[in-house]
Amino acid sequence: MHEITLTVNGVLRQAEVPARRLLSDCLRHDLGLTGTHVGCEHGVCGCCTVLLDGEPVRSCLTFAVTVDGRDITTVEGLADSDGPLSPVQRAFAECHGLQCGFCTPGFLCTVTALLRDNPAPTDEEVLEGISGNLCRCTGYQNIVKSVHRAAEIMAEEP
Amino acid sequence: MSTRLFGEPVTRREDPRLLTGRGLYLDDLGAGALEVAFVRSPHAHARIRDIDVSAAIEVEGLVAIYTWEDLPGALAQPLPLLIPHPALTHGRTAYPLAREIVRHVGEPVVMVVARDRYLAEDACGLIQVDYEILKPVVGVEEAAQSAQLVHEGVPGNVGAHLVQEVPSDAGLGAREAIDAAPHTLSFRLDIERSASMPLEGRGVHARWDADDRSLRVHSSTQTSTSVRMAIAAKLGLPLPKVEVIAPDVGGGFGVKIVHPWPEEILVPWAAITLGHEVKWTEDRREHFVSSAHERAQVQSVRVGFDDEGRVLGLDVEILHDHGAYTPYGIIVPIITSTQLLGPYRIGAYRVEFSSIYTNTVQVTPYRGAGRPQGVFCMERTMDHIAEHLGADRTAVRAVNFIQPDEFPYDQGLIFQDGRPLIYDSGDYPESLRMLKELIGWDDFPARKARAAAEGRTIGIGVGCYVEGTGVGPYEGGHVQITSDGRVHVSTGLTSQGQGHETVFAQIAASELGVPMEMVSVVTGDTRRFGYAVGTFASRAAVMSGNAIALACRKVREKALRIAADALEADPRDLEIVDGEVRVAGTPGASIPLATVAVLSNPLRYAFDEEAARATQFAGAASYDRPPVADGEEPGLEGRDYYSPIRSTFASGMHAAIVETDPLTAEIRILRYAVVHDCGKLINPMIVEGQIHGGVAQGVGGALYEKMIYDGHGQLLNASFMDFLMPYATEVPLIETAHLETPSPLNPLGIKGAGEAGVIPVSAVIASAIEDAEGIRIDRMPISPSDLFDLRRAATG
Repeated sequence: MHEITLTVNGVLRQAEVPARRLLSDCLRHDLGLTGTHVGCEHGVCGCCTVLLDGEPVRSCLTFAVTVDGRDITTVEGLADSDGPLSPVQRAFAECHGLQCGFCTPGFLCTVTALLRDNPAPTDEEVLEGISGNLCRCTGYQNIVKSVHRAAEIMAEEP
Repeated sequence: MSTRLFGEPVTRREDPRLLTGRGLYLDDLGAGALEVAFVRSPHAHARIRDIDVSAAIEVEGLVAIYTWEDLPGALAQPLPLLIPHPALTHGRTAYPLAREIVRHVGEPVVMVVARDRYLAEDACGLIQVDYEILKPVVGVEEAAQSAQLVHEGVPGNVGAHLVQEVPSDAGLGAREAIDAAPHTLSFRLDIERSASMPLEGRGVHARWDADDRSLRVHSSTQTSTSVRMAIAAKLGLPLPKVEVIAPDVGGGFGVKIVHPWPEEILVPWAAITLGHEVKWTEDRREHFVSSAHERAQVQSVRVGFDDEGRVLGLDVEILHDHGAYTPYGIIVPIITSTQLLGPYRIGAYRVEFSSIYTNTVQVTPYRGAGRPQGVFCMERTMDHIAEHLGADRTAVRAVNFIQPDEFPYDQGLIFQDGRPLIYDSGDYPESLRMLKELIGWDDFPARKARAAAEGRTIGIGVGCYVEGTGVGPYEGGHVQITSDGRVHVSTGLTSQGQGHETVFAQIAASELGVPMEMVSVVTGDTRRFGYAVGTFASRAAVMSGNAIALACRKVREKALRIAADALEADPRDLEIVDGEVRVAGTPGASIPLATVAVLSNPLRYAFDEEAARATQFAGAASYDRPPVADGEEPGLEGRDYYSPIRSTFASGMHAAIVETDPLTAEIRILRYAVVHDCGKLINPMIVEGQIHGGVAQGVGGALYEKMIYDGHGQLLNASFMDFLMPYATEVPLIETAHLETPSPLNPLGIKGAGEAGVIPVSAVIASAIEDAEGIRIDRMPISPSDLFDLRRAATG
């Protein structure tokens, strides 16, 4: 067993994990942050995407011990727990960018990083930006709309 | 605020929790539960000679290992055959854990319970199963001709055989009508396997309360009420001691209507046996090899028609691959063979299907449920007729349409609900007109010529369908207004992302005249509503929507009666606006629904200030009648059921423009247009979302998704790396238009919308590729490699 310390959503968290513990399992089952979902456990669907030092990563392809000391943001940390939704979260609600909601946390993390790096993406850049996340419900139409809408909200509310 | 919410694009009340990670899906429950993993068969067909668990016993954290021999009573019997049908003469279902024989790769053989899933899988890896390998039967045509049997006692591997025949008006059979027709064509069509593939797999969590001797099960299911009854029956528990709840469910698309899965009865049994919470969460490979697939069929078609393309006779023979078991009966081929007729009036029709066992994963409904295959058949037929006659493809369809004044239209067949296939309403000519306008059908030849001049190959395709939705037998709704003015709505069917909490709240708020934020909705929780069928066949809005509306009307009537007493007014003069009952046109004469709720329940004890109004010394009472009058019940609540005489028929038409690459044969969808008619829309935003998702799954089925089995019955692409589902980059912009022909069958005039989007897509894409390439497309899905090979074959 290994003692690790992570900063998750701004809070210092400690866990004792075996070397083979996936980061997704560590977040979900050791730290109780079940908002990060696991859809394939082989890095294709993107449901488990979290931000590692701000960059989107597949938490199902990451061993928890390899990110000891690092900073992680999960869907639970995209907005303050008692504050308003983040612009990306708001845009997804406004544009009906989710149905069952299972893939949504991965999309939200991906899009949050995308818009931070590119606040006004073109259609092409949005498609490229979300092309690593699978959704089986929405046909992506309203997810694409949500990304553009989030960019708009962020531009209106600097 | 207006309370007219029915028909508005209200944003979803599910979203705040799902957007913040506060949704509760199956694997989010049961922290501290023991976890289950299964040893599953690596062989498609084998006899189990021995199971040696000795090495696994040493695994730290191991709790229990079970094989079939450990299962007691009814648990050791085969799983139920859910939908018996007289034509299913050789129905077969699996044992929860394999008994002697395994019949597909992935069949569960040993159940392991351990402290966590990692340890359970460690133990699974150390269990040695000694198999005698038997010859597998793979491929539906091979199975139909094979001497090798999937099940002993099922000759020819034929589980079911059914013929339905509708003669022409002149009394000719289809074969006679075809022989007598001016033109005839015959051809063969092939459709491959795909699967529902929700991003959340299946999962079960069970908690046994030893003191109360009661069981609480959560399952990622499309039918919690029926899972509950199955568990009670299999485990011999009194029904009131079992509750089943569908938590947030990460997509279903059909696969989660099957029940009870082996895991749905094994996990509760283990929880009782071990006296500890137990959980199983399916992983992706398990989902590929041990849940269910759909679609695969081979169809042989003969059609006879006149000079205008009017179909005089149609004869279709279908070989349907239902995999190793038939728990869901023959619903899929029944739907294919009946819904094949689409929006058309066919002279004479004969359809025959054989449903065949193979050593592959079982086949049960996936969104569309047999319709995509039927529509592929009929729409390919229409295109072939048009090509033969040199006619416009939409013109051939138009001459065959059932006309708006012909409803109700009886197709003369028996549908999947065992009731007559009678279309209730529709306007197919208008739908086609709208579609042609939306896609620019009439201008396309010029566009195609311009593209050709630039060296580009483009084509346009069209496809029409009719979808029987809202199948019975029933759903129910319960509505209670409590003394705080809140409205609590529940229905038994389940949700997998369709936005039921929102649309049912819209219906209740509209019916009752209350603000939507006062309404809460619970679905799929047997503690709240025990009688239900489930969510499938685009039925939730039609069935539970109408049941909830009817329950609300009961409550409304009661509220008006009580308020009329209190206001000394005639109930007919009362209206409910913003949660207040008031005398129309008389300002000030009003009473809040909350107070009506208080008055509805005559009390002895004033538990709060408001409740004092209903106590026995509170005001004038009539001494001539009891406090709760005959035929009345205390409380402002109502329950009602909606049970339709038959299904209601939605319809739609799609068109696409595709471009094919002259060198690489890559296929790109340039435009995709949908005209959709599901009667009255409760929430247009949600209906659009359903269509989008359906079309995307249709694009997957048309161009990418295919379960590839080798001759040994191994599924070669059982991962998301190899089974290709569309990403955002593969789904075109979907342009939609709505037509509303209300259903005359139900109070709200609505029809189902859940499956619509997926149904005609393969037919539309085939039509468009054929138009672009001038090569017959009779097999789906079609990849660039397939198209490349077809081109080579065409040019010799």
